[in-house]
Amino acid sequence: MTITFAHAFAGFVEKTFVITEFELRKLRHDFTELITRALQPALWLLIFGEVFSRSGAMHTGNLPYLDFIAPGILAQSVLFVAIFYGINVIWERDLGIVQKFLASPTPRAALVLGKGFSAGIRSLSQTVIVYGLSLLLGVKLDWSLLALGNVLVIVILAATLFSTFSLVIACIVKTRERFMGVGQVLTMPLFFASNAIYPTDIMPGWLRTVSHLNPLTYVVDALRTFMLTGSTSAFGLGLDYAVIVLTTIVLVGVGARLYPRLAT
Amino acid sequence: MTEVVLELKNLTRRFGAFTAVDTLNLSVNAGEVFGLLGSNGAGKTTTIKMLTTLLPPSSGDACVAGSSVTTQPVGVRRAIGYVPQAVSVDGSLTGYENLLIFAKLYDLPHSEQKARIREALEFMGLAAEGGRMVGEYSGGMVRRLEIAQATLHRPRVLFLDEPTVGLDPIARDAVWKLLIDLRASHGTTLFFTTHYLEEAETHCDRMAIMHRGKIAALGTCKELEASLGAGRTLNDVFDHYAGSVLDSGGNFRAVAADRATAQRLG
Repeated sequence: MTITFAHAFAGFVEKTFVITEFELRKLRHDFTELITRALQPALWLLIFGEVFSRSGAMHTGNLPYLDFIAPGILAQSVLFVAIFYGINVIWERDLGIVQKFLASPTPRAALVLGKGFSAGIRSLSQTVIVYGLSLLLGVKLDWSLLALGNVLVIVILAATLFSTFSLVIACIVKTRERFMGVGQVLTMPLFFASNAIYPTDIMPGWLRTVSHLNPLTYVVDALRTFMLTGSTSAFGLGLDYAVIVLTTIVLVGVGARLYPRLAT
Repeated sequence: MTEVVLELKNLTRRFGAFTAVDTLNLSVNAGEVFGLLGSNGAGKTTTIKMLTTLLPPSSGDACVAGSSVTTQPVGVRRAIGYVPQAVSVDGSLTGYENLLIFAKLYDLPHSEQKARIREALEFMGLAAEGGRMVGEYSGGMVRRLEIAQATLHRPRVLFLDEPTVGLDPIARDAVWKLLIDLRASHGTTLFFTTHYLEEAETHCDRMAIMHRGKIAALGTCKELEASLGAGRTLNDVFDHYAGSVLDSGGNFRAVAADRATAQRLG
């Protein structure tokens, strides 16, 4: 019993990485995408961040405002790219690629998680950009290996989480037009109802409650803790990781159940 | 003694009040080339989707290479290959990579993967094109690569949904020659749908004509022609059992998908 389970689990992990590998191979053939990803965080940090930093309107405790939002902008740019990831599977469905994968013995969860991880690894390019910009702007970054390693893991997990969420939406709406509509409706509330560009203490009570139900808040909290020197976690890193990992697992489970709907 | 590799038992699929496939019963022998004919909306694609485990039946069952589509779908998936009507290879990878991903997903032994892929590319006449991006392939090459991809793991049954739609006559002949060679060398059972009567006539051992979700006629081409009396052609048979092509539908999505596929391949 345990042997068959271990065998099945090993197969699942292996297939997940096969899917990830081939999603990433596509990048090797066309990496313009990695460059376009850099633009948005640059605008937010250089324009929005600079202006609000000068205005002094945001009270961010002992952190300068630019330090405060640098991890928030990293999380935001990961979210904004990942949330539209699902459009790829709608495209693959219209082609017939999804059908062929679903007719193979690959576990559904491996198809879903493999795509999620590839979105995770793609978003590492944004991490490099945000670190580069932060360095230019004088943000006090923590360069220890422990901190950097955790940032990489959190970014990959966050992109996996939001791209899987996107895939779930794609499985439900099935058409590009509806998907773009839903994607637009979701991104801004997820972004604004989080601690990405202002602390949750200055929010009205109801919004603070919403922000505490938003996984992005925990992503930002964890990134802020590891990216900056002298920043402490508001919720505790254990809770941050638990929320991120559990939400991802639930979404992969839901995605695996819904993915076959794309073939019908 | 012939072995039955595909057995449909009262296979039925409803969409709301509409019955797309209505209590189909059918047996196909190992190594047979079997064609499913019918006008748009007759239920051919829905049948293939159920047999490839992409769509659960509303009632009834089918046994594919010894596994039930309702209770042992993973067993079915291991035993079959599927070439959907739409383009199912990835244009943003090379031909070789498109095959490599399926070699890995079907657990081909690591030491054999390269040789099997090379052999499949050669078999399909794509040996020189393996390193090129599939986005640059011609329609006939795309179809051949799709067949290579679907047969890399040597499936017992290969399902093909309109395998030659959108191809010019030369490319069509090339695809059929390869399919027949494939059966000869590996004993693969071929189960396909088509609109082209002459293809069914030339290549099928047996065929079924579907009309409004049911099998209206079943047999060899000769048997079906003889059933209507002397001097009748397959065209007459089709008209007799499937009615006029104009009176049936296929929905907007199906038609749009057909034309998009034809455009991409053509």
